[in-house]
Amino acid sequence: MENVPADLKYARSHEWLREQAGGDVEVGISDHAQHALGDLVFVEVPSVGRNLQQGEAFAVVESVKAASDVYAPVAGTVVAVNEALAKTPELINQDPYGGGWIVRIKPSAAPAAAGLLDARAYATLAESG
Amino acid sequence: MRCGAVPLPPFFVGGMVCWWNGRLLENRLGLRTPLYDLHVALGARIVDFGGWDMPVNYGSQIEEHHAVRRAAGLFDVSHMCVLDLRGARTREFLRKLLANDVLRLTQPGKALYSCMLREDGGIIDDLIVYYLDPTWFRMVVNAGTRDKDLAWIRAHASEIGVEVQERRELAMIAVQGPQARAHLASLLAPPEAAAALGLGAFCGAQLGAWFVARTGYTGEDGFEVMVPVADATALWQRLNELGVRSCGLGARDTLRLEAGMNLYGSDMDESTQPLESGLAWTVAFEPAERRFIGRSALEDLRAAGGGQSAIGLLLADRAVMRSHQRVATAAGDGCVTSGTFSPTLARSIALARVPAAAAIVGGTVQVEVRGKLLDARVVRPPFVRHGRVLVELDGTVTAAY
Repeated sequence: MENVPADLKYARSHEWLREQAGGDVEVGISDHAQHALGDLVFVEVPSVGRNLQQGEAFAVVESVKAASDVYAPVAGTVVAVNEALAKTPELINQDPYGGGWIVRIKPSAAPAAAGLLDARAYATLAESG
Repeated sequence: MRCGAVPLPPFFVGGMVCWWNGRLLENRLGLRTPLYDLHVALGARIVDFGGWDMPVNYGSQIEEHHAVRRAAGLFDVSHMCVLDLRGARTREFLRKLLANDVLRLTQPGKALYSCMLREDGGIIDDLIVYYLDPTWFRMVVNAGTRDKDLAWIRAHASEIGVEVQERRELAMIAVQGPQARAHLASLLAPPEAAAALGLGAFCGAQLGAWFVARTGYTGEDGFEVMVPVADATALWQRLNELGVRSCGLGARDTLRLEAGMNLYGSDMDESTQPLESGLAWTVAFEPAERRFIGRSALEDLRAAGGGQSAIGLLLADRAVMRSHQRVATAAGDGCVTSGTFSPTLARSIALARVPAAAAIVGGTVQVEVRGKLLDARVVRPPFVRHGRVLVELDGTVTAAY
């Protein structure tokens, strides 16, 4: 039922990560996460230029029923944020892997070294959680 | 919940803190209503609510909320407990059991909202009681309090010869919204449809096999319908076919909070009494000779003055107030008893309990939201009724509460 695209990597805390041409990574929350949260009403994004440690809370997604931190799946620098989420947080519900992206990060190390899950491992984790 | 109570530790839906009305979400097998299989087939997300596996939404809680404000939605409320009380002394019994006075019910079918109190004034439950005939009243009590309610009611009823019968063979469906009554009436035979549409506010009637009442928990017009379990699924599907949207407990919660209605277990419980829960209007102190359970405790509290008051709060910041958050006021701390994002106002609203001196409409208090103190304005609920916003979103008028 829940969508787990095969071409992305995932963190155990339910963020997804997409490697982009040029080495930057795009980050959002998974379909499983948006389902669990319900309708998103506010998204708090970091400022461009902020340096993030891996595992650091850098954004807040707030739904009708709960607020949740979003954690950096890799260390690096925020190079872009999705400004559209300020007016239309529901993009995360409607298109969690596309229009609902949250930030783009220039990693300080190769993402492959970051201990992320592939789609199959993440789908298993999401099913059990 | 008594203000200042330490909330339970959060539950993690993988890294995510999930609360539901201040209650913990758990994965466990719960009780199921006769509509459970239909909810699953309709794609509902199921959560535990007071021991029941209930639909929280069928996709988008916000869209379900808007459907009720603008058109019509339907809710499964079969988890609630319907009790019939019969016997020659039933009225006398209820005049002792309830803080509101059933003597106000003179027309058969008329309903009354009331608290049921302990001797110390603590609220055992809030409920609706219908007067059906001089020896027959019907009560609807909360699902999560069913066991203790039944024990309390039966203990007092047996003394006076009132028979208490639980009506589990009935399912209950709430049809709410400006178009709700017309849709439900369209499913009835002409004489019964006319009778249903002729019901006054807070009145019910047995129409064939269905008990139809013009009550609800959304702030919109509509009906709550008690039907034989065998009729429930077909009724739901026929209403869906008419365009009435399936709605879960999520929308039910945001609708009732906008309507300024309390939720038992969040806005009041056995550690709080009606006068500090925004429910003074439901306590009938007159006539003075009616000695209902909890009366002397409430009289003492009223004579002492001060204490705490329930208020409404509006937040301007882009954040959401949640139950158990601290409310800082010039007169001391209080706490949020229910908080949410209001889909109609597109901002956060809350019910809170604060020192009575801080209950000034138009005044400003501060709510501690995720480690930050944010300004919130004190307003008088309801926030929204019958599709209309009833609070000044940016008002500056200050008045005694």
